[in-house]
Amino acid sequence: MTKILEVTDVSKAYGGVKANEDISLSIDQGSIVGLIGPNGSGKTTLFNSIVGAHPIDKGSIKFNNEELSTLTVDQISRRGLLRTFQQTKIYGQMTCMMNMKISKKLTGKFSDMFQTIPKEVEEEAEQILSFVGLYQKRNLRAGELSFGQQKLLELAMALINAPKMLILDEPTAGINPTLINGIVDRLIKVNKKYNITLFVIEHNMRVIMNLAQKIYCMAYGRILAEGKPEEIKNDKKVIDAYLGAAH
Amino acid sequence: MFADFDKKELTGLAFLLFLGISTPYLFSGYRIQMAELFLFMVYASTWNIQGGKMGYNTFGNIVFFGVGMYVCASTQIAVAFPLGEWTAAGGYKTFVHTPQQYFLGIPLGILLAGIVPAIIALIIGSALLVLRGHYFAIGTLGLGIASGEFATSLEIIGGGQGMTVPFWPKVAGLPHTFLGGGVNFFFTLSFLLFLAVFFFLRWLYKTRFGLILTAIRDNEDKAESMGIPTMHYKVTGWVFSAFFMGIAGGIFGNINGYIEPTEVAFAGATVGVFMVLMTILGGKGTLWGPIIGAFIFQLFKEFFWTYFLGWQLVALGALIIGIIIFFPEGIMGMLRQKYPALFGEVVDEEARLAQVTINTDD
Amino acid sequence: MILLQAPFLNLQALLDGLMVGAIFAFVAYGMALVWGVMNIINIVQGEFVILGGYITFTFYKMGLSPFIGIPFSFLLLFCLGFLIYRTIIFRVVSRDMFISILATFGISIVVQQLMNIGFGSQVETANSGLGTSFLFDGNITLSHIKIFSFIVCLLGASAVIYFMKTSKLGRAIRATAQNARAARILGVDTEKVYCYTYAINAAICGLAGSLVAMTYTLHPYIGLPYTVRSFMIVIVAGLGNFPAVLASGLGLGTIEEFSAYTLGQEYRIGFVFLMLVLILVYRSRKLAKKREYLK
Repeated sequence: MTKILEVTDVSKAYGGVKANEDISLSIDQGSIVGLIGPNGSGKTTLFNSIVGAHPIDKGSIKFNNEELSTLTVDQISRRGLLRTFQQTKIYGQMTCMMNMKISKKLTGKFSDMFQTIPKEVEEEAEQILSFVGLYQKRNLRAGELSFGQQKLLELAMALINAPKMLILDEPTAGINPTLINGIVDRLIKVNKKYNITLFVIEHNMRVIMNLAQKIYCMAYGRILAEGKPEEIKNDKKVIDAYLGAAH
Repeated sequence: MFADFDKKELTGLAFLLFLGISTPYLFSGYRIQMAELFLFMVYASTWNIQGGKMGYNTFGNIVFFGVGMYVCASTQIAVAFPLGEWTAAGGYKTFVHTPQQYFLGIPLGILLAGIVPAIIALIIGSALLVLRGHYFAIGTLGLGIASGEFATSLEIIGGGQGMTVPFWPKVAGLPHTFLGGGVNFFFTLSFLLFLAVFFFLRWLYKTRFGLILTAIRDNEDKAESMGIPTMHYKVTGWVFSAFFMGIAGGIFGNINGYIEPTEVAFAGATVGVFMVLMTILGGKGTLWGPIIGAFIFQLFKEFFWTYFLGWQLVALGALIIGIIIFFPEGIMGMLRQKYPALFGEVVDEEARLAQVTINTDD
Repeated sequence: MILLQAPFLNLQALLDGLMVGAIFAFVAYGMALVWGVMNIINIVQGEFVILGGYITFTFYKMGLSPFIGIPFSFLLLFCLGFLIYRTIIFRVVSRDMFISILATFGISIVVQQLMNIGFGSQVETANSGLGTSFLFDGNITLSHIKIFSFIVCLLGASAVIYFMKTSKLGRAIRATAQNARAARILGVDTEKVYCYTYAINAAICGLAGSLVAMTYTLHPYIGLPYTVRSFMIVIVAGLGNFPAVLASGLGLGTIEEFSAYTLGQEYRIGFVFLMLVLILVYRSRKLAKKREYLK
């Protein structure tokens, strides 16, 4: 299987604190990979490094065999690697539909700035909104949505650009249990139907065990273990560092 | 062209067209005030690109106004005479433009008055627009005053003494009022500039550009992380403002007849604040807000200048405080709250309350 | 160039810079107080300074010693600050910062124009009658009033800091600056705190203004540069750290004097504003490098 993302020996320090130390991992094209670990173990830092939100201290990040660590957020997102956030980032004053329209990327030419938004984009946005169950709320201001609905909107905003790979930061955190099942279902469908590779941070063990084919566990800025969900579940180091005796 | 205008907009536009066309005939005593009114609308509408649409409250647009004014006047003079000698001699007392020279200078001057500030905006915009919030506001305030001080020390444009603008020429065989005379001519230019700005912005706000300006106001970090090169949009927006403000400055310099650095050209504490005030009064972030605001503001201003002469700036300062405290949403904001349907906003309670369920069958 | 030819000018510029810098620092401390406690950038700061100066100048014009005017500048400005808070500022405290910038801008226009009407637009100064020392064979001049104002600024600032540390109101102000909501829950009357903070700031400006009147010159329209200097000092030094405020105030004063000696006095104000822009841009570039899109 081809690797879509390869992270080799990545380190990142904030001042004296080593948030990531010699992280190496690889993700297969078309798979769903989970990332777990206690709070403060450097998961979000790793995500930020991958999407280029801050420069890394050393190491290399390859996406489809292209080095990312020298590119900006903007350039990386154009190559089809998108992310969502733990705290949702949406345009609260604008309607969901406008949020979707803005998110649709163009080729990046200067003249694109002054295009009126074509009808097809609107139709596409409607389709994706109904895919995540927000069609009815398309004309509401995004700020009025509940937190869970905002997470769905953010997912929709990433999907409209038909990414090759999506990086999701806690997609089910703070969402009520009935909606969680729906989100998990959508994520699996995103992966199967649109062939989008997913890389997911998740604290909800039930969700990640069902979703992922492979899981990495981080602690203290390092990769502690990797393997299939069952292996991780029974890994002694992971249980000590994160899962605890309860699992 | 007018196909997508609705009734309210058409009425408003018809009223403005009426003012623009009839003023030289019906209200010829108020031509200067009316020219000023249309220029005010330009100031406020272009300020609105930054302050209203994009959420970047600038006090620096006055720089482009002042630069445009000086560039236009200098070009008008320099097509015929050496600039330094003109300012040293006190202007038109010694040198007189022939009609050919004059009408060569005007279009050239106005063109450059747009282009030079636009280039300046491109350069300083890339540096200054990284500032956020009040840092941007104070930084641009500093820029405006620094420009005034700089102009004061430039001898070739008359320094603190200022300079005069070429006189409306006398053509042999024609009355002095040909082409409506100087005042009518520049009134018409102001009106045409306003129309250009209006239609340009109306188009601009409908494109992706307008949408992204709003996105920047709403959540700039998000826009950046979504891969929108926000800096390009911010700078381009400022270049547009600078272009039109520069031309407005060039026209105003000709109407005023006399240019001086701190009170006329780089008047950050008067015109620089007025444009902010007009926009807020009318309603930030809307197309018509700045226009309505400018109209009301001009009424106030004329009233103060007539009845509070000597105290007019005190009254205007008090007006600023009053509007900011009691009326920060502006007229459009107030109307929007009361009659959301007028603005095409539907309050859909049903959709708001609906539960989101994901249909897992498909 | 001129500084190399005349080495004494360096010392002169340094001395002048430190003297004037102390006044800047004092005014900036007031601004930091209002900014830190109320989250308001007080654009009217400079006009308060000039108004304080005109009050002292009034005593001088009546034939009295301008020193009598100092306490009056202080007290009258305190009252004015109180009044302005109770009529205007309290309505904008919790609002968006740009609203308060514009509101204080409006106040500054009103104050400026009233001064213009009341005192005329000529440049004035209140001669203190203190002498001048000539050092190094007359190469260095040092007027005593500058030394006096330097000392008064330091004393005044120390008094304010002492007040903040020990008095009940001072503690309430500091608590509000830390976390207004928590302070309110613990029974601090934040409205009163805001009011006195604003008044104290105005009084600080008044005192500084009376020194400006005696040491330098007054004109109705030179308030804004004082505001901008304070702003600049505060963003360099940070809020509520007086040693840093003093250091950057003295630094700014010195840089300004050196620029005035080298570039010429007429570029002085332009230089101040240009420096503001440069500092802001430098600062935000530094921040932008650090900024992260976490979480």
